[in-house]
Amino acid sequence: MADMKVYFDHNATTPIHPEVKKEMIAAMEMFGNPSSMHAWGREARANVEDSRRKVADFIGAHEREIIFVGSGSEANNTVLSLFVCGTSQCIAGSKKRNTIITTKIEHPCVLETSECLAHRGVRVKYLGVDRYGKIDLDQLDGMLGDDVGLVSVMMANNEIGTLQDIEAITRMVHASGALMHTDAVQAIGKVPVDVRQLGIDFLTLSAHKIYGPKGIGALFVKKGTAYCPLIRGGHQEQGRRAGTENTLGILGLGRAVEMRTLEMPEEDGRLLHLKEVLRNGIEDNIEDIHINGHPTDSLASTLNVSFTGVEGEAILLYLDLEGIAVSTGSACASGSLDPSHVLLATGVDAELAHGSIRFSMGRQSSMQEVEYLLDVLPPIIKRIRNMSTAYIKGGLHAASR
Amino acid sequence: MLQAGEWAYSDTLKEHFMNPKNILQGENTDDFDGVGMEGNLQCGDQMMVVIKVDKAHDVITDCQWKTYGCASAIASTSVLSEMVKGRTLDAAFHISPKEVAQELGGLPDHKIHCSVLGDKALRAAINNYYTRNGKEDKVKQEQSKVICQCMSITDHDIEDAVLEGARTYFELQERTKLGTVCGQCKDEAELLLEKFKHIHFGA
Repeated sequence: MADMKVYFDHNATTPIHPEVKKEMIAAMEMFGNPSSMHAWGREARANVEDSRRKVADFIGAHEREIIFVGSGSEANNTVLSLFVCGTSQCIAGSKKRNTIITTKIEHPCVLETSECLAHRGVRVKYLGVDRYGKIDLDQLDGMLGDDVGLVSVMMANNEIGTLQDIEAITRMVHASGALMHTDAVQAIGKVPVDVRQLGIDFLTLSAHKIYGPKGIGALFVKKGTAYCPLIRGGHQEQGRRAGTENTLGILGLGRAVEMRTLEMPEEDGRLLHLKEVLRNGIEDNIEDIHINGHPTDSLASTLNVSFTGVEGEAILLYLDLEGIAVSTGSACASGSLDPSHVLLATGVDAELAHGSIRFSMGRQSSMQEVEYLLDVLPPIIKRIRNMSTAYIKGGLHAASR
Repeated sequence: MLQAGEWAYSDTLKEHFMNPKNILQGENTDDFDGVGMEGNLQCGDQMMVVIKVDKAHDVITDCQWKTYGCASAIASTSVLSEMVKGRTLDAAFHISPKEVAQELGGLPDHKIHCSVLGDKALRAAINNYYTRNGKEDKVKQEQSKVICQCMSITDHDIEDAVLEGARTYFELQERTKLGTVCGQCKDEAELLLEKFKHIHFGA
């Protein structure tokens, strides 16, 4: 078992799918610029547009509603930044609607962009979440008004996996006259997404979370929605995102969503079972733990657990020594001094946030891997607790022993 | 293609993390002559250091510890416990975070603050020994000086901010709110900023 390798960090990124790899290798010599009129260019253009159709089909959109971008972060920056234009009258009718509503548990690319916009005259309001990470629809109702231009709520949270009811949220947002964006980077390819059913105006997705290549994502913009590019200076993507197309990446994304369509249906139940075994195994074998996230409205692949009296980076690195990859919400691993903003928003105290570990499984995760993890983890926690001040006489958790 | 890189940590640090030395087993500290604890769980680091002392010569004969924290926190307490054995209380009292970091083969910048609690806990343990043995006159308190009167920010707060990443006066203000009211402390604060950058990062 010593050389067993277990990758349980799929929410960070995923291994490339063999079919995607095959497609990209075959296309490696397709170097033409899709904007060129000659045969080389036409070949590239045909393939880029074929991928665009695949991505559109995957989320129930029209192909002209898909803009290829460099990353999920770029897509999110683009949507939020529209509102600086909105407030300076680029976009007709949006001048008075210069407030953005988002949540406290968004990815930093939404939160930091929102902070930046706040310095540029946009008003930003942040929705809180309950202890499971769900936003409060009543609070949203209270915030909505004729000053709100955009609401941005992530579909699935990257750290705790909690899913929001985007369809219901979108109905409320539209009733108030605002536009609705969802960052679906963690949800796409894991739960079915249909943009028409959701009624959404903007949606962000990324290839590398669904076994595609890095450096490519897509932004869905509903037909007729006011738009302003973040990157200017070219006619690519209908003038909506300048820069010569990442043809190989686009092909990879197209193939990745095709494979998701084929593999998603059977995968969900299988991953849910693995997660149950993992959760039960941790609950049965390790004392003083706390499960983070929603018990049911959550990604089947994601389990987030806090271990009392143990710091997350130490767990992560001891697991790394055993060949297991996970991630942590500890401050020490992030380079900042603050632990996970998501866990703090759910009301978890700072100590438990420092001691949190995210296990995120994927299409190749197996019962054997879960069992190996369950063999290795309890002794590691025991070992770290033995050297922790939390369990000494007079220590914070001494009484629980 | 390159293979998986080494950890952000040195080999020495990794060794002390994988096989920590001198962990205090169990809860009992009664056999020790001095006990010190610093930090708290909410901040993500807490360290306890216990020492045994050769009372005739004021020399540390044994040092054990418990640490709640990341790999560099665990390793720095482990290496500190090795460093102090055989030292006089006086010499041990003056061990700096920089020496601990050097002994570990260096620490990444953002990890320096994880290693400063060990020496603080050690000093607390030494003071505890003095107090228990009727040598209160030898107890040395960590003396701090208020630099920013408006916001009540001390030189220790400035040192902590530098250890936590502040490198410019603006960053120091962001972290501590120092000098954000009357601004009279700016010159003194800038001198201290340079001093602590030099002490901890050789900059």
